[in-house]
Amino acid sequence: MCTSRTLTALFIATLFGFSAQVQARDGDDIGTPATEAELSAFFAIPPDGEGLPPGSGNAAQGSAIYAEKCAMCHGEKLEGIHDTGAPPLAGGANSLATEHPLKTIQSYWPYATTLYDYIWRSMPFHEPGSLTADEVYALSAYILSVGKIIGEDEVMNAQSLPKVKMPNANGFYVDPGPDRLIYRPAKASPAKK
Amino acid sequence: MKPDVDVARRRLLLSAAAITAMPGQLAAATPAKAPPGAVTYDVPENATKVMGRSLLEDGGYGTRSQFETAVRMRADNPNDMTSWSFTPLADTIGNLTPSGLHYERHHGGIPAIDPARHFLYVHGLVDDPKKFSIADIKRLPSITRKYFIECSGNTLDEWSKPKGKNVQVTHGLLSTSEWTGVPFATFARHVGLKDNASWVLGEGADAAVMTRSIPLDKMLSDGLIAYGQNGEALRPEQGYPLRLVLPGYEGNMMIKWLRRLQVSDRPFMTREETGRYTGLMPDGRARQFYYAMDAKSVITFPSGEMMLPKPGNYQIRGIAWTGRGRVQAVDISLDGGKTWVPARLDDVPEPMCTVRFSYPWYWDGKPAILQSRCIEDSGYVQPARADLVALRGEHFVYHYNAIQSWAVAADGSVTNVHV
Repeated sequence: MCTSRTLTALFIATLFGFSAQVQARDGDDIGTPATEAELSAFFAIPPDGEGLPPGSGNAAQGSAIYAEKCAMCHGEKLEGIHDTGAPPLAGGANSLATEHPLKTIQSYWPYATTLYDYIWRSMPFHEPGSLTADEVYALSAYILSVGKIIGEDEVMNAQSLPKVKMPNANGFYVDPGPDRLIYRPAKASPAKK
Repeated sequence: MKPDVDVARRRLLLSAAAITAMPGQLAAATPAKAPPGAVTYDVPENATKVMGRSLLEDGGYGTRSQFETAVRMRADNPNDMTSWSFTPLADTIGNLTPSGLHYERHHGGIPAIDPARHFLYVHGLVDDPKKFSIADIKRLPSITRKYFIECSGNTLDEWSKPKGKNVQVTHGLLSTSEWTGVPFATFARHVGLKDNASWVLGEGADAAVMTRSIPLDKMLSDGLIAYGQNGEALRPEQGYPLRLVLPGYEGNMMIKWLRRLQVSDRPFMTREETGRYTGLMPDGRARQFYYAMDAKSVITFPSGEMMLPKPGNYQIRGIAWTGRGRVQAVDISLDGGKTWVPARLDDVPEPMCTVRFSYPWYWDGKPAILQSRCIEDSGYVQPARADLVALRGEHFVYHYNAIQSWAVAADGSVTNVHV
């Protein structure tokens, strides 16, 4: 007959026996060490430029590459072509606070490093990842010079690109919401004015 | 024991006999094109008088009924490789979205990935950078949770004017699945986090090589490396074989086709967290790192482009959700927001998950404006459109969570309106 005491003893025995059986051993055999060679294929360029590759390019070189590989989607003047789905890359200066804001690299993007990172990883659209480091520097220089952010003769490389001061660099602030004003009493709600 | 060849042969003969016995039925079959995911079968007058089809004719995966037609709808964008498709919210039943109807957003098409050649690298500010095969990941303890995913751009056309004709277009970048995977925290213990670790970059293996920086906090609290969706492997459109799930956060951050997680001490300021997915305020400055999808709801019946045949009793039905907790309650208004009454919650609210609600309504045949508002467990109440626009202007683009209004006209037709 099972008393509550034997039940408890049984329970404890089961608990210990069971945990001894399933407990993982020390050491970690799941996953494989990732080698430097494998990891060197990856990149993500933060604003300080860490990870930018060797190489360089200027606007004149970029202009030729742009005409060949980018203009068919983004337009001869970087204006974007709606039917290709490709957005404008320049324009919109001083438009952000107006009724018709135009968010482009020139008017909106806060970091030039983002431009390099994005072209390098996913452009041209139909041949992503096909450009050399020099080509990406040259295209970055060209797009930045059309936007009058750098001079036509400036050379972009791992040192100069992170130093480029984007017009809208200070245009962002961290606010994860929710909007505090929503918590104001109804009479103070801006919509009820 | 004798192999059961005879039985199999007899079965074959029987079904052959059944077919030859019904020549008329076969001839009559000029089957309409089956809806996607279905097969068209002949439909007898009386299904109790005719033998049904045998099992596994579909090859063993199954199809839906030929009478069910709901499909995802493509967005009106020029390039289908960087576009989105909407979930037919008015047609879905219950809380889970069928995997084949889960909304899509791709920035470089849908990649075909062989899981045997796919790895997840976890590296950066860690003690032991590692790569994990899908088999490795399946050896780790998994969890299963229901979460919604909403595109940060869901309902983005509604800031200025009522543009979407129906609820699939206005709110269809929202879907709910049961996700199975391994918490990021488990991976963190396998690689060891450095003291200054504070951000994690997720990167996809698609043509966009999509990247987002995610606060380590979020990754460690409930970040999930998911390989399962609704009881099977992820769909290719949803990131097969691996995706990130960040409960309640904007869909763009939940990197699909996930191939690496780079631990860092700062955000990378990728294109998707600077030039895109940032909210432009009226003063020309933009809010960044707005991650959670705020409390929101929408009535799916009756909704845009529907027609109520006549006055009478109807069940108003809808969906509510919040990325910051649980849905606590849902209110309904029948007069464009002047008065509110509580709706019924049709299932038990779970964190970062959708809830179905309903409300029994007698429509007297007079024009009415139907609204719903979601109340989160924090006490946050879904705002009216005018309140949201007063706070953010009309160019914020993302994270639109205002109350949706459907106008029912005297003839029973339903349209999208702003009040």
